[in-house]
Amino acid sequence: MSVRLKVNPIACTGHGLCAELLPERVRLDEWGYPIVSAEPITPGLQRLARRAVTDCPALALLLQRER
Amino acid sequence: MTDSATMALPGMAPPASDASLAHAGPAAVGAMPRLLPPGAPAMPQDLHRHLRSHGALPYRGGGGRPGLIAEIAAAGLTGRGGAAFPVARKMTAVTEGRRRPVVVGNGAEGEPASAKDKHLLWLSPHLVLDGLQLAAEAAGARRAYLYVHAGGHLPERLRHALAERSAAGLDRVAVSLVSGPQRFLAGEESALVNRIEGGPALPTFRPPRTFERGIGGAPTLVQNVETLAHVALIARHGAAWFRAVGTPAEPGSMLITRHLADGTTEVAEAAIGAPLAALLRLGSAPVSAVLTGGYHGTWIRAADARGLALTNASLRPAGAALGAGVLAALPAERCGIAETAHVVRYLAAQAAGQCGPCLAGLPRIADALTELSRPNPDPRWLTHLQRWAGLVVGRGACHHPDGTVRFVRSALTVFSDEIAAHRRGRCTAGTAGTAGTAGGPGTAWPRAREPFLPTAAGVPGFAQDWR
Repeated sequence: MSVRLKVNPIACTGHGLCAELLPERVRLDEWGYPIVSAEPITPGLQRLARRAVTDCPALALLLQRER
Repeated sequence: MTDSATMALPGMAPPASDASLAHAGPAAVGAMPRLLPPGAPAMPQDLHRHLRSHGALPYRGGGGRPGLIAEIAAAGLTGRGGAAFPVARKMTAVTEGRRRPVVVGNGAEGEPASAKDKHLLWLSPHLVLDGLQLAAEAAGARRAYLYVHAGGHLPERLRHALAERSAAGLDRVAVSLVSGPQRFLAGEESALVNRIEGGPALPTFRPPRTFERGIGGAPTLVQNVETLAHVALIARHGAAWFRAVGTPAEPGSMLITRHLADGTTEVAEAAIGAPLAALLRLGSAPVSAVLTGGYHGTWIRAADARGLALTNASLRPAGAALGAGVLAALPAERCGIAETAHVVRYLAAQAAGQCGPCLAGLPRIADALTELSRPNPDPRWLTHLQRWAGLVVGRGACHHPDGTVRFVRSALTVFSDEIAAHRRGRCTAGTAGTAGTAGGPGTAWPRAREPFLPTAAGVPGFAQDWR
């Protein structure tokens, strides 16, 4: 089972905090909206990924468990 | 298209000698049209005429449920709203939930280039409503909805048709008519669910699958109105009759909205598998490209389209699909880039406005196409366009950005020579046909005119009684 970061594009307002907290998986496009990598969140990144989810001002990020 | 007496909404009981009732009817194997009334112009069918041509509504009764679904499976009917999903599989899926399913007929045909659903609902409303009842019976539903765009005369006619059926005691499941806004995305399935639940007609981010959890959380069968009309005929005449037209892999007939190079637009019922060249009369006027599948569809070079047929199997190698049956033959004296820019401007404005990349990207893509449609464009616009197209794909809650980019990318391929000509200050449309040129000696640029592809609600050049 792996965990991936997902963005809800309706909720996202492009604050960009996620890209600062987790540059390993998130970069911003030229309009400031996050491009989230499809790569799984490794154990070493889990703490930061959870913080990105809870700190997102728009509550637009989620961690999705997939088999 | 008909005289004012037949256009009157109430009543409409015809004399028994009405000539339109004398035809052999669609029951004859292989006869066409099946869904639309015969004749040109066709006569809108009230309940009396409908029952005279098609016969009584064949409810299956208790225990008959699997019967109709099996018949539809044997017929190989696929959804006519664009996705071509097998209808029997969707119907089976809604019966597998714990809750009683709900059935919706989707007539919210948001695409301005498409008129087939409105045309069908206007001319043969009872065939669609029969299909809705039969689908409800097969699914075990006790609630049904008919979802259409607000505005025009169509909702009024449908209310009248429902009243006729109610007076005749025909319907076993009550049908609510729900209308959504005149917007491109109002018929998107999650937007439809939101609207019927009383909310705005906007798409949802990763909605639950509608056939598992739709309206009010109930398993919801959403079928395009043309699909339901086919259901009503399959229930009457059976799978073998349905398969007498079409190809073995893609059986039956389908409604198409065709935009011919001479500027006329028609809704027609075509046998699946018919040659595109015949359907679009490609021999009759110079045509540069063919659009299949509408504004989320694909441009194909006219030379390549000539050998193709009206099937997904034939269109697939060209990267195209039938979608909801919109076909357009672009006259050679029209600039494909200018036409594409015009449509993408419309699509950008029709975005639900919910997702940042789509909201930011589509207007820029439209800007770039507009620049490329002018003389001597800065080549960097093409680079920008390709980058922006890549940035919006897969980043919306719905498929609007993806569909728009499919359309744009096919234009960049098919009209690559046109883009190159623009860079040299020439437009191939300006040198073709009789359109005339502007800009003085030494230039070849088509004069400014109304775009060929429609972007306003209602299809210009088409008899639009439903407007």
